[in-house]
Amino acid sequence: MEAIIFYAAALAAVASALVAVAHRNPVVNVLALIVTFFCVAVNFALLGADFLAGAQVLIYAGAILVLFLFVVMLLGAPTVSGEDNPRPIQKTLGTFLVALVAAAGFFFFRSFSHTGLVHPDFGNTTLALGRLLVGPHLFAFELVSVVLLSALIGALVLVKRKH
Amino acid sequence: MVPIGHYLVLASVLFAIGAGGVLLRRNGIATLLGIELMLNAANLVFVAFSKQHGSLEGQVVVFFVMAVAAAEVAVGLALLVAIFRRLQSIDVDRLSAMRW
Repeated sequence: MEAIIFYAAALAAVASALVAVAHRNPVVNVLALIVTFFCVAVNFALLGADFLAGAQVLIYAGAILVLFLFVVMLLGAPTVSGEDNPRPIQKTLGTFLVALVAAAGFFFFRSFSHTGLVHPDFGNTTLALGRLLVGPHLFAFELVSVVLLSALIGALVLVKRKH
Repeated sequence: MVPIGHYLVLASVLFAIGAGGVLLRRNGIATLLGIELMLNAANLVFVAFSKQHGSLEGQVVVFFVMAVAAAEVAVGLALLVAIFRRLQSIDVDRLSAMRW
């Protein structure tokens, strides 16, 4: 049962990710990426990360991609002409990198295909994650709030109209 | 029981698709979407190995990646809006003012 859900989610994730980067319409790109992120959330849930599965849906699919959609609508769904014939350097670099990552994936598959996920479920991870965040990772946790504040101020400064 | 190698292969494929999107598209929005996809592939590897080792530290890292990704998207989209106002286009190939 777990395997069926995993392979269905993996197939949907790869198909929607391909649509998300290959389609020429930015609105379709963003909506396809929402499907991909939902499939990644399904994988998180299968791996026992219940809090992260919820956060994935709320933060990524809910907040970040809606922000993308908002900007796409604000700019009037801009498309770029001449994308159908990429530069030679783009083709070479893209093919090389995709081949490299495919080789890495094959290596992972060889190394770990017999390693089962032996550990039992974490149970409810929310409490344990919260204890880790305000315990050993307290400094990083506070630093993230500074990063978010500076990003907020930076975004406001960048889009401010000058008179 | 799905072996961990299958999760890693899925993450590699998603990362390759995202990297291909960043390298092959000239639309600024598509470039940012490719970056988001690569971050998600990395998150998937973190969660898979967190399960493998029975430790929650990997999930803490994923939490921080999500927070930093939110900040990155806010700044990136603000940059795109500013670029669109100046050039009336989000073709990243036209950003050549600082080219040597």
